[in-house]
Amino acid sequence: MQIIGSAMHRVDARDKVTGHAKYTEDLIGPHTLVAKVLHSTIANGMVTAFDLEEAWSVPGVVDIVTCFDVPDIQFPTAGHPWSTDKKHQDIADRKLLNTRVRCYGDDIAAVIAENEIAAANALRKIKVQYEEHAPILTVEEAMKSTAMPIHEERPDNIVVHSSYEIGSFEEASKEPGLIRVEGTYETPIVQHCHIEIANSFAYMEAGKIVVVSSTQIPHIVRRICSQALGVGFGDIRIIKPYIGGGFGNKQDALTEPLNAYLTTRVGGRPVKLAYTREETFACTRVRHAMEFHIVSYIRPDGTFAARSIDAYSNQGAYASHAHALVANAVNGFRMMYPVGAIKGNAYTVYTNLPTAGAMRAYGIPQIGFAMEAHVDDIVSRTGFDPIGFRKRNMMKLGYVDPITTITCHSTGLEECIEKGSRHIGFAEKRMRYAAQTGPLRRGVGMAIFCYKTGVYPISLETSACRMILNQDGSAQLQVGATEIGQGADTVFTMMAAETAGFTPDKIHLISTQDTDVTPYDTGAYASRQTYVSGMAVKKTAESLKTKILAYAGKMLHKDPWDLDIKENQVVHRNQEKSLIPVAEVALEACYSLTDSNHIAAEETHHCSDNTYAFGVCFAEIEVDIPMCTIKVLDILNVHDSGRIINRQTAEGQVHGGMSMGLGYGLTEFLKFDPKTGRMLNDNLLDYKLMTAMDTPELHAAFVEPEDPTGPFGNKALGEPPIIPVAPALRNALLNATGVAVGSIPLNPEKLFFEFSKAGLIR
Amino acid sequence: MANKLITCTINGKKKEYFVDVRSSLMEMLRGSAGLDSVKHGCDVGECGACTVLIDGLPYNSCIYLAIWAEGKTILTLEGLSDVKGAISDIQQAFIDEGAVQCGFCTPGFIMSSIPIITSEHPYGREEIRKQIAGNLCRCTGYVKIVDAIEKTQKKRIRERQES
Ligand code: FES
Ligand code: FES
Repeated sequence: MQIIGSAMHRVDARDKVTGHAKYTEDLIGPHTLVAKVLHSTIANGMVTAFDLEEAWSVPGVVDIVTCFDVPDIQFPTAGHPWSTDKKHQDIADRKLLNTRVRCYGDDIAAVIAENEIAAANALRKIKVQYEEHAPILTVEEAMKSTAMPIHEERPDNIVVHSSYEIGSFEEASKEPGLIRVEGTYETPIVQHCHIEIANSFAYMEAGKIVVVSSTQIPHIVRRICSQALGVGFGDIRIIKPYIGGGFGNKQDALTEPLNAYLTTRVGGRPVKLAYTREETFACTRVRHAMEFHIVSYIRPDGTFAARSIDAYSNQGAYASHAHALVANAVNGFRMMYPVGAIKGNAYTVYTNLPTAGAMRAYGIPQIGFAMEAHVDDIVSRTGFDPIGFRKRNMMKLGYVDPITTITCHSTGLEECIEKGSRHIGFAEKRMRYAAQTGPLRRGVGMAIFCYKTGVYPISLETSACRMILNQDGSAQLQVGATEIGQGADTVFTMMAAETAGFTPDKIHLISTQDTDVTPYDTGAYASRQTYVSGMAVKKTAESLKTKILAYAGKMLHKDPWDLDIKENQVVHRNQEKSLIPVAEVALEACYSLTDSNHIAAEETHHCSDNTYAFGVCFAEIEVDIPMCTIKVLDILNVHDSGRIINRQTAEGQVHGGMSMGLGYGLTEFLKFDPKTGRMLNDNLLDYKLMTAMDTPELHAAFVEPEDPTGPFGNKALGEPPIIPVAPALRNALLNATGVAVGSIPLNPEKLFFEFSKAGLIR
Repeated sequence: MANKLITCTINGKKKEYFVDVRSSLMEMLRGSAGLDSVKHGCDVGECGACTVLIDGLPYNSCIYLAIWAEGKTILTLEGLSDVKGAISDIQQAFIDEGAVQCGFCTPGFIMSSIPIITSEHPYGREEIRKQIAGNLCRCTGYVKIVDAIEKTQKKRIRERQES
């Protein structure tokens, strides 16, 4: 193998540096109608009436649709594979447009017009009457027995409550001599901020509804559109071109179901529905805010005897991915330190805030912050060494999770920790920084994580791939898994080339997914592409190779079993000398007058395994106490993602995740007006994501134990890099100042409050 | 609303367009001129995805009225490749350094980097970061983007010194 593990350039890089890469908005034709959604200006209540007269009088208006006109169908939006088991189906709790308003900015009507200006003008002229109720914005309020139900199907506003217990927490916590540490930790609502906004356009062709959309999950969106409109799966066709980032937001049906419906209202004429940046913030999905209460009992030898966690997840207005995230979080709590008795309790609660959905690492950045902050609270109170304590309690090779049965097939976590701690000089600096005085203080901090690569056994993992041999000996590679910037197309090309014995330039990957022709895959989410879809690619390339060799065997009068393909040449197994180029075999196979055979392969991989990726972040910071600011002096993530398929794209993933983690830890949060529930910083100026100036130099390193279950020894990488950054920063702040902050972001406002409380500033 | 005839130079060619006086330069470039590298990420001057050069300086074309372009010289990403499709050194550096992920911010970053790589001043990494701080990228963490710009500007300074 020489292709896997190299730093091959991205297959789509040239298109992207020349402007040739076409994204959804670049594909919209000139005579496309423009749709805009009317969003509610209350957070909780009912639409009682519309006055549309003035809106209809705007020249260029083609149609106005309100919540009273749409099909009376409730549908789910989460990008999960559909479950044929009713109990496990996603919650169907919204309509295309909603009469019952559940958040500020809920979709209540839509205008279709000949151009942007007419659509915007008409939207402004719609008058709405509401029956208004006070918004319920916090989990605490929503869980009060007197709270108004946000969905009638869930009168107590609890979407789901789940719990587990490994051993007996009660019993285990009675052991004599235990040290009890308790803490409450909170994480904020943040947004994905993909630079391409949420958008789509829809039209009808050949009796079907076609939606071209910036989505991570074309096949799932097809199913959701069919459910929302009450038509067959086959009546919908989704096309996904290049997309400008998703990070989980586009792992949900966003504009597509409504847009699919709107084109049917205008006889199948093309309709574009592109959200503004402000709508993308307030009306798509956000990351769940979570609150955790953790109690730990520790033995004098530094092992956990018993732990419990109570977790509350703010779901916002609609279920979307719902309980899956907080369930993932409390499961992660158990898996990272699977020692002693463990008890978990998790609630997902409806409120009148924007709907929370999937976002990079799916609940684990939340628990990662809480758990790793808690571990440092333990070591700072007990005097245990932070690395020693973690090593004693963390997951080891061979661990089998008692509930999900997910097994630790490989781990390089210990090596990751050693590598990172050497880089930063952790032990020495931690001692040195422990007792500083003065306005500028330094600190070092660390945090570890484990992360499940795919979604098995919680959900179905299935992926298909197709390869078609061309007459010149090159091959099309078609996958249902989507490129969303993470580099999937590049690693699939590498995997196919490596397996088939082709050079990568002979693999023509089809980047666009079209549900009418693309093999099935559930899409880009979890960190499943290289692991699950990668295996489908490997199997398909093997099958293609077998078929090529069978034909070559006939041509050469040799047993195909003795043959192999190396660098586009058919060779004797274990030999280099070319017997015949693949191109010649391909040409003959296509045009032979006696034996024409269009060589193609298609395979499905139904994955029934999963594996843990691991990693650590080490950070060194300088805290300016009077200014209440944190400057990151050095930061490093070390990952065990198994074998690295492409070093350059892998580093890129780590950098991007770290940058997002820095924002999560230091600056990002969405703010809401407590009176109305309206989002106050729904734009890229007031919402502080990292700019080039805010981001320090980022360091990425890998340890590469081969995972026996990955197609090439590989494990999850796309999501994990965000996880350990915020807690590492928070723990560095604890080292620098002795102040244990229980929430993020660690922005000046919060630090002022915390430093004042601790008496560091007056 | 009135339309107006605008004459300007785009990517080296004289162009004339009738534009709605309310429309932005971004709309004119994406719409009338068909230059899709000019990306639409916010419409309000926050993200930098729509960055183009106007008389040599980077602007957010979404908050620059099309009618202000009268008589101006505009360069978009399309103008960096030659007619045969050969790409410029800065584009190649973005490929080589792995500075591209989803690619949506890429045209804007490359355009913002032109004044840096054509300057006589040797920009340090911190200065480069400051110059590109108006362009947002959610994918890369900026490191490899800074690498690509730094490498290209060093190469160009070297080339100038050699010639
Ligand atoms: S689209 Fe112009 S700055 Fe964002
Ligand atoms: S590469 Fe995706 S936003 Fe920069």
